Amino acid sequence: MNLIVPIKMVPDLVEELVIDASGAQLDPEALRLKLNELDEHAIEQAILLKEKGAGQVTIVAPDLPDIDDALFTAAAKGADRLIKLTGNWGNGVNNHALARVMANFIKTLRPELILTGVQAHNDLDGALGPQLAEHLGMAYVGYISGVTLANGHVRARKEFPGGLIAETQVQLPAVLGIQAAEKPPRYVPISKVRATIKTAQIETFPAAELETAGAPLVVRLFQPEAGARATMLEGDVDAVATRLVEIFKEHGVL
Amino acid sequence: MNPDIFVVVEHLRGQVSDLSYVMLAAARAAANATGGKVVAVLLGHDAEALARDLAADRVLYIEHAAFADFSSDAYQRTLENVIKEQSPRAVLFGDTTMGGDVAAWLSTHLNLPLVSACRTLRADAGALKFVSQICGGKMMAEGDLPGPTALVMMVPGGYKPDQGHAAQPPELVRGTAPALDDLRVTVKEYIEPAVGDVDVSKEQVLVAIGRGIQNQDNVELAEELAKALGGVVAGSRPVIDQGWLAPTRLVGKSGKAVKAKLYLALGISGAPEHTEAIGDSEMIVAINTDPAAPIFDLAKFGAQVDILDLMPVLAEKVQQAKGLA
Repeated sequence: MNLIVPIKMVPDLVEELVIDASGAQLDPEALRLKLNELDEHAIEQAILLKEKGAGQVTIVAPDLPDIDDALFTAAAKGADRLIKLTGNWGNGVNNHALARVMANFIKTLRPELILTGVQAHNDLDGALGPQLAEHLGMAYVGYISGVTLANGHVRARKEFPGGLIAETQVQLPAVLGIQAAEKPPRYVPISKVRATIKTAQIETFPAAELETAGAPLVVRLFQPEAGARATMLEGDVDAVATRLVEIFKEHGVL
Repeated sequence: MNPDIFVVVEHLRGQVSDLSYVMLAAARAAANATGGKVVAVLLGHDAEALARDLAADRVLYIEHAAFADFSSDAYQRTLENVIKEQSPRAVLFGDTTMGGDVAAWLSTHLNLPLVSACRTLRADAGALKFVSQICGGKMMAEGDLPGPTALVMMVPGGYKPDQGHAAQPPELVRGTAPALDDLRVTVKEYIEPAVGDVDVSKEQVLVAIGRGIQNQDNVELAEELAKALGGVVAGSRPVIDQGWLAPTRLVGKSGKAVKAKLYLALGISGAPEHTEAIGDSEMIVAINTDPAAPIFDLAKFGAQVDILDLMPVLAEKVQQAKGLA
């Protein structure tokens, strides 16, 4: 079976986010990108299925800064094919454009099951997965935290609020939006990734022309107004702890 | 052009979600600007009674056995027809496990623009504007709501659910579902949340840990602090996904909503998926080394120190305070 995992890079939220002079986007100069965390779960879930004998795992990514690291890391974990779509990506595009280009390419791979992160923190025009599913004429289910392959279909554990899970049957071919892999994404030591760089190959294909229609235009980007921002406790750990005990007492917790 | 604002009501097992009422409130704000009506779209099986307290001018109720459970396939096919026939100004969905399976698919299928993570809709000189919350709650993005029909995925926080409840039952109109006998997506069974462990939604003192806990060994420090405070340990998504805490301890979108007397957030940045479930707590205290962490916008008190250093010191001081009392 052909397992395809489309991934993308997103701004690393550990870094300070700087709004550029236009006021409508993040400053690309100040931006550091990292792999969308839920895509990491999608990669892990695909590799877990492969280990149960499911078939070959192919990772497909737009050629964004630092994508090679993400691809080689996936290979070190067990992905079989690494594909990079080259084009005029800048620091990213909207999901409508990405879905069109990805679907166009992925259909040439004869996909049977596509796993991708259910969302990314910078999605402003919906997630990638359901759009891919529509373009490819496949079923879609998201918020999945466990996948079992059966004959012609998959059983997917779909999350609902309050901890409820719906064991859902999905006909293949299908796209699943992954919330969490069955096991935490495995750790690979940097030495193993380095070794993989020497052996694994990233294939590159040109992306089709980007067509961005379907996403909203952002006029203004801003940091949330700090309404009733927290009163910050100053001092070292000892001073903070002493003050917290007083607060807990005043509040009737102690 | 049809100025109405449609809301796709989310419900499961006889319960309408709080977010549905939030969306009805948002729809009212938008409909006031467009001069249209608020129309609630309710897909259900023997679920007509759920329409009773929806604050809508009209409820479009579509009955089908396939709506007894949530099937993305059934919702997609039915709503495709509704939107094509009526072309309202906007259709609101939850940015949730239900809306997420449907809205983006419809956007692509019907070639309609989509705005996700939307917190508020407001009128500005006659035009509708959206404000979306992105980057883990660190950024807000504002723009004109695209037309002619915009699909919108809403997050909680912009409106109170109370505003979406009505005292009088709204007018109810019946629609028809298309053929739904060959669904590609069907629910086979429900797996109930595990019982036996503590119920974090009922606890008064919660020591909640996030990514800042760094590894499993450090969870013990939080356990000791919780014990000293007479509370229990809860966690945000990354901690649960790593397997460091049981899924029953998850606070957030897929987990429990809490209303603690004290919610001590340790190393939790405050992504919207988490904070939507803690707002009913009496007092939130946040400890995080990142001064820009959105959790500080919600907390009453905060401190920018390392939780790994703080936890043992605080546990000891709490013990001392209790000894003196």
